[in-house]
Amino acid sequence: MDALDLARWQFGVTTVYHFLFVPLTIGLGVFVAGLQTAWYRTGKEHYLTLTKFFGKLFLINFAMGVVTGIVQEFQFGMNWSEYSIFVGDVFGAPLALEALLAFFLESTFLGLWIFGWDKLPKKLHLATIWAAVIGSNLSAYFILAANAWMKHPVGYEVVDGKARMTDLWAVLTNSTALAQVPHVVAGSFVVAGGFVLAVAGYRILRERNATGLIPRKKDFADVTAPMRREVDMWRAALRGALVMTAIAGAIVALTGDMSGQLLHTQQPMKLAAAEGLRHDTAGAPFSPVPGVEVPGLLSLLAAHDPNATIQGIDDIQQRLVTQFGPGDYVPNLPIVYLSFRVMIVFGMATVGLAFLGLFLTRGRGRRARPVPTWFARLCVLALPLPIAAIISGWLLSEIGRQPWTVQGELLTAASVSPGVSLTEVAISLGLFTLVYGVLTVAEAILLIRHVKAGPDEPVPAVVPGETERRVPTLMY
Amino acid sequence: MTTFWFILIAFLWTGYFVLEGFDFGVGALMPVLARGEAERRQVLRTIGPVWDGNEVWLITAIGAMFAAFPAWYAGFLSQFYLAAVMVVLALIVRGVGLEWRGKVRAKETPLVDVAIVTGSVLPAFLWGAIFGNVLFASAFATVMGGLLSLGLALVHGAVFVALKTKGPVRARARETAWVAGVVLVPVAAFALWRLDAVPAYAAMATYAAGVVLVWAGKEAWAFACTAVTIVLTTAATFLALHPEPLPGLMIESAASGPYTLTVLTWIGLVALPGVIAYQAWTYWVFRRRLTAPEVLLESRSA
Repeated sequence: MDALDLARWQFGVTTVYHFLFVPLTIGLGVFVAGLQTAWYRTGKEHYLTLTKFFGKLFLINFAMGVVTGIVQEFQFGMNWSEYSIFVGDVFGAPLALEALLAFFLESTFLGLWIFGWDKLPKKLHLATIWAAVIGSNLSAYFILAANAWMKHPVGYEVVDGKARMTDLWAVLTNSTALAQVPHVVAGSFVVAGGFVLAVAGYRILRERNATGLIPRKKDFADVTAPMRREVDMWRAALRGALVMTAIAGAIVALTGDMSGQLLHTQQPMKLAAAEGLRHDTAGAPFSPVPGVEVPGLLSLLAAHDPNATIQGIDDIQQRLVTQFGPGDYVPNLPIVYLSFRVMIVFGMATVGLAFLGLFLTRGRGRRARPVPTWFARLCVLALPLPIAAIISGWLLSEIGRQPWTVQGELLTAASVSPGVSLTEVAISLGLFTLVYGVLTVAEAILLIRHVKAGPDEPVPAVVPGETERRVPTLMY
Repeated sequence: MTTFWFILIAFLWTGYFVLEGFDFGVGALMPVLARGEAERRQVLRTIGPVWDGNEVWLITAIGAMFAAFPAWYAGFLSQFYLAAVMVVLALIVRGVGLEWRGKVRAKETPLVDVAIVTGSVLPAFLWGAIFGNVLFASAFATVMGGLLSLGLALVHGAVFVALKTKGPVRARARETAWVAGVVLVPVAAFALWRLDAVPAYAAMATYAAGVVLVWAGKEAWAFACTAVTIVLTTAATFLALHPEPLPGLMIESAASGPYTLTVLTWIGLVALPGVIAYQAWTYWVFRRRLTAPEVLLESRSA
């Protein structure tokens, strides 16, 4: 165990934690903005209630995404100074642009949104949440463009042992980035969709339990009016999440296919590792679960040709030794193999759930089908699936890139800060793991509490003596 | 081009210290300025809508250093490794504390307040300490730098609260500002004298003017003075850092290529005025002075 190993563990731990929160921020932000837009356009009170309810959950999670992101901005310099010096000219640009064009937008307008309910006209206030979520999504674009450059470096030349950018546009329109950005962003919407499904499913179950009316009939004819309104509200949230998850799921599948093909040409080792394919094989098979092989499927997926030759791990290793000299160029095979399958199976299960839900709850107005109780339960149970899928996708993508930090240019072992000692990294790794762990549990507790408590009740108006402001409709 | 980018990075750090400076001061002084829960909310509400946007100045400064001077960025953060870890951890607990304070149970707020206070005091001290160490490489300079930046943040923050509130909190903030301001005179005088540059001497004058003006009840002018003091102090620091921002590292050799610097210049010149405009607009939207009952009744998300 040396400083390099610990630095890698630290990067992995802090990034995976960061990536627990950020996809939810990205997707849930847009969902909340959509709810507020629905309220703005229809004036229906329940959309406002939902906006505030999911807005609060969004903000609890947003805080964690922001603060864990600060670490990322510092960490390249702290632990990976050799990497930073080699890539800064290219890699630093999207990071600087991310802060300048995305983070300012996101944080400033979110502040306006949170505190602007009474101070801004309705339309302008709605615009602030949209500006903030556009910021979040833009930040995803910039950071993923930077990340894509590590896997498929373009628009640069190496001068005096440092990468020098020659074409910013090439970096920002890297084919790897153009496949990866929609894949990850749509994946984030699936995560947020799964989150809303679980929350709405839970609230539906709870409303039904509270009134002792878990309906077994086809419609709500026997349900009291106030309760029906409650259930209608959560049904609307659930339906919204189903639509979002289904559409995003289709985009995830499509862009996943694009990414697979790019792997075939750009990162053959990652592709071979994901399948555990040892040797160059024409008509390579794919095994959805170990032991079952579908002949030619991997070739079909990666090259859109069932007879195409897919490179194998051992043969690529030999070629890389010839090209770059002796060394081990194979990533951690069990993790890459397993995370590939977890990503696909759990991700598709979530999207399948969404399509099933859309079918079950079809119909509008009086013919709207109620949410079956068993389906609401299933939504709650399915909460971990999209989260596990997106984290696995990230592990596949980054562990599969090893042993490189910049594919073909810089090895991870040569990237670490030479002056930072084992003790220092041990201290920081310990502190980050501890603080992140505690805060993640705290976030989970806060989220569960607020979901259980449900939306705030509208309070009777009390006009304080010394304020001339209009009376708030909803109390925080 | 290299010099221009050095100035731009100095500008971003200046923006950060001026804006987050009062955020830190407000967070650190919250228990001193407020009596009871309503007033604590009132004090924190002064920075509620803006602190996160202010913190992005740091992220942008660090990102710009990465892009424009990779070796400076890498050397700066890896040489001050444990200090950077502490800064980041402090910003983490502080940020989470500020966002979560209104969402936890009443019996948990003291814990959140501890996070906010430590998370404000630590980075305010550490930034000055880090830059003091870079410039003078002695333990004494490190401590003095830390005390200077913490002290300026406290005075600046107290003046900000005085400017943004009404009622008992305003009176307490005004008093705290000038008392702290007077107590800190030796530290500020010594540290600025050691920086030995025109902006540093000018900072002494604006600092003194700020303390007198807040004592005289001219809060807006006092705030302008403390803000200018931080601008001048940061300017003096970066003047001293040029052309050797880290011992043994020259700015020219740390810089990215002309292509990168040129494209980033164009994007920066277009985007930065926009950022400044909408952040300024935020301060305009929330320009009213706050009272404690008003803050309690406010309708907001979370």
